[in-house]
Amino acid sequence: MREGASDPGLYDYHPYNTRPKITWPGGKSVAVWVAPNLEYYEIDPPVHPKRKAWPRPHPDVVGYGHRDHSNRVSHWRMAEVMSRHGFPGSVSLSVALCQHHPEVVADAAARGWEFFSHGIYNTRYAYEMTEAQERSIIEDSIRTVRDATGQTIRGWLAPALTHTPRTLDLIAEYGLDYTCDLYHDDQVQEVKVAKGQLASIPYSLEVNDHYGFFVYNMSGREYAETLIRQFERLAAEGERSGTVMCIPLHAYLIGQPHRIGPFEEALRHIAADGRAWIARAGEIVDAWRAQQ
Amino acid sequence: MSSLPDSYTHYPKRREGYDHDLYAWSNMHARPPVAWPQGSVAVWLCVSLEWFPILPGGAFTAPGHMVTPYPDYRHYTARDYGNRVGAWRFLEAFAKAGVTASFAANAAIAERYPELIDAVIAGGHEIVAHSTDMNGTIDSTLDPAAERALVAEAMERIERASGVRPTGWLSIARQQSFATLDILEEQGLGYCCDWVNDELPYRFTNGLVNLPLNHELSDRQIITVQQKSADSWAESMRDAFDWLAREAKASGGGRMLPIHLTPYIMGLPYRIGALECLLADLAGREEAWFARGDQIVAAWETKA
Repeated sequence: MREGASDPGLYDYHPYNTRPKITWPGGKSVAVWVAPNLEYYEIDPPVHPKRKAWPRPHPDVVGYGHRDHSNRVSHWRMAEVMSRHGFPGSVSLSVALCQHHPEVVADAAARGWEFFSHGIYNTRYAYEMTEAQERSIIEDSIRTVRDATGQTIRGWLAPALTHTPRTLDLIAEYGLDYTCDLYHDDQVQEVKVAKGQLASIPYSLEVNDHYGFFVYNMSGREYAETLIRQFERLAAEGERSGTVMCIPLHAYLIGQPHRIGPFEEALRHIAADGRAWIARAGEIVDAWRAQQ
Repeated sequence: MSSLPDSYTHYPKRREGYDHDLYAWSNMHARPPVAWPQGSVAVWLCVSLEWFPILPGGAFTAPGHMVTPYPDYRHYTARDYGNRVGAWRFLEAFAKAGVTASFAANAAIAERYPELIDAVIAGGHEIVAHSTDMNGTIDSTLDPAAERALVAEAMERIERASGVRPTGWLSIARQQSFATLDILEEQGLGYCCDWVNDELPYRFTNGLVNLPLNHELSDRQIITVQQKSADSWAESMRDAFDWLAREAKASGGGRMLPIHLTPYIMGLPYRIGALECLLADLAGREEAWFARGDQIVAAWETKA
């Protein structure tokens, strides 16, 4: 990005209605990917000058315990529902989870899920990092996921969505193929980086379960209906040029017993529709890149 | 120049297991199955009985506390409505449905409203200790000696006023310090309800049991925070019960549905009907075992 400029220069402008046709495998109109965040939050993280980790003094028992629910209970509940309806995960991973709870990472790997990095912990923020520190978290991410799963990460969702002006250039330099941090489009788009190439794959804050439940205060059923409406619109518009729908999840939210049933119905609807190419993030980026 | 020290990208607690030693990791779905005395889903009703001094105090200000400049008649009285009216509606609703519950009571409730505590005990319900009053908050800004004295005072006052020494503890806003688990254990308590990281009981390193009281399923979270209707809350409880019953059947292991109720929230005239309908529905389900917190812990301990 152009540091200090009012336009950060991340991408070019392309009107939505005059774009080249993107086609997805099998003639599907919308690529649907599910992005479970498999995270580890520290109970007593170091202080960061720009962001407080927990609203309450450590231990923030409800905040920490709520997130720990993912790694004891709700990961498997969410994952089973996804597997039952044929949705692989593309995992936004706090890579230290590979050390803390390798069982969770192994379960995701055994289901054929793809891993990309979401930083070391979701309680360590990138703001103010030196280039050396930022390189260290990228190199740590690549090494840790490779050691734990054999996979080479291809994407990045910044830890707790915290960035520096050099983040996108650095991940492209390390050979990563996609970022999930830009929310400007419903199609894959080119990102301007100093060296190499980087694609922006649509993630979504708007249909992220965290926004659904804690920003928009939806019930489980209202969130499921939101996903279906999002899908119906993107599937219809994708006939003109292939669209992307991401369902970003946190097991401790979607895997709560009052929400998982309605969520399963939304997945059932999308899988049964016939217009969805249900894929992993890397496959979507590859299919788009091949048409550039 | 970065303002982050080099240590910011060093991780001394990065190891297998947690970054603390309060309890050990396990996957609920891989544990030996739990069997309840009846049914497959333990339905745990837990009612908070709260007295808010009109002068707020404590380590932090409790949810539901005074809002306006002193004297805040509006919130003082609207909260006390729960103790004067709402809690009695709950007691009648529970009796009508033939179910028992846990009542997490401030010591001040036992002292100020003995008729209410007598009715709770006479109804076969459990008293869970819920600190002194709604100024009796705990977090790590509190000196451990002061925290120890606060917990001891709450236990002593509840026992003196009610004649019962509770075996369970609920912290205000479920907030603890790093010292709380040991302080509760020293007081002879058997379990606490503060950690929402699981859906079945588990044991902390120091021997205390956690009985998770899911805050996401509480009337405070769904109705007061998320601003849903009582009917939407009840629909979520039914969806949760249905899911847990299916999961119990598929896994062969018991599940638990904690329903956390607040008299000044769910005990209002226009909301209580949604609770009564839910109780009638669930009491008619063969999978449901309505039980108090101490009964659930005891049933789990016989299997653990």
